Amino acid sequence: MFTPSHFTAVLLFSLFASTVFGITQRETPPRMFRYGLYCFVLFVGSAIVLSWVMFLIAR
Amino acid sequence: MAEAEKRAVAQKGAQDSFVFLPLIAGWLVPGAGHFLLRKWGRGALLAISIVCMFALGLAMRGRLYANAHDILEILGLLGDLGSGLLYIAGRVMGLGSESLQTTVADWGTRFIVVAGLLNIIAAVDAHNIRTGRKS
Repeated sequence: MFTPSHFTAVLLFSLFASTVFGITQRETPPRMFRYGLYCFVLFVGSAIVLSWVMFLIAR
Repeated sequence: MAEAEKRAVAQKGAQDSFVFLPLIAGWLVPGAGHFLLRKWGRGALLAISIVCMFALGLAMRGRLYANAHDILEILGLLGDLGSGLLYIAGRVMGLGSESLQTTVADWGTRFIVVAGLLNIIAAVDAHNIRTGRKS
């Protein structure tokens, strides 16, 4: 059984979802790459921010 | 025959085919819709992403939805069906049939559902390229 940490799971999910979003939502390869990177940063960034918010609420 | 002429003939042949073929092929096999339209790089990246996400979901002991008893199961089943032949192959091989109550298994179930939804997006993208809405 593959048992990743929560953060590894976030990174894997973000990588694959961002790849598909980038390719399907933009027309040219440079814009696909930039949009994919943008989605990846938003996925991972929002997970980190929400994690800190939940940590602070739980204290 | 020059390379440009060969490409033009191949593109004309692809355009003469059934308009929904890339959509159906892309749904059944991840990336196949783009391969039919000779978008090799895009198709390969889509196939790798979707197949890896589906396989990782199964490796995390995620569950493949098989019943439609309530609304959440129906939605999960619809998401799983988006994976096309991957879902059918998983069911035939008896994968994802056990329901584990662990956090990682729950993530795995989500990975499988999202892989199906991403595959639907990819198949629709192939259809848009086929109809000329996207280059």
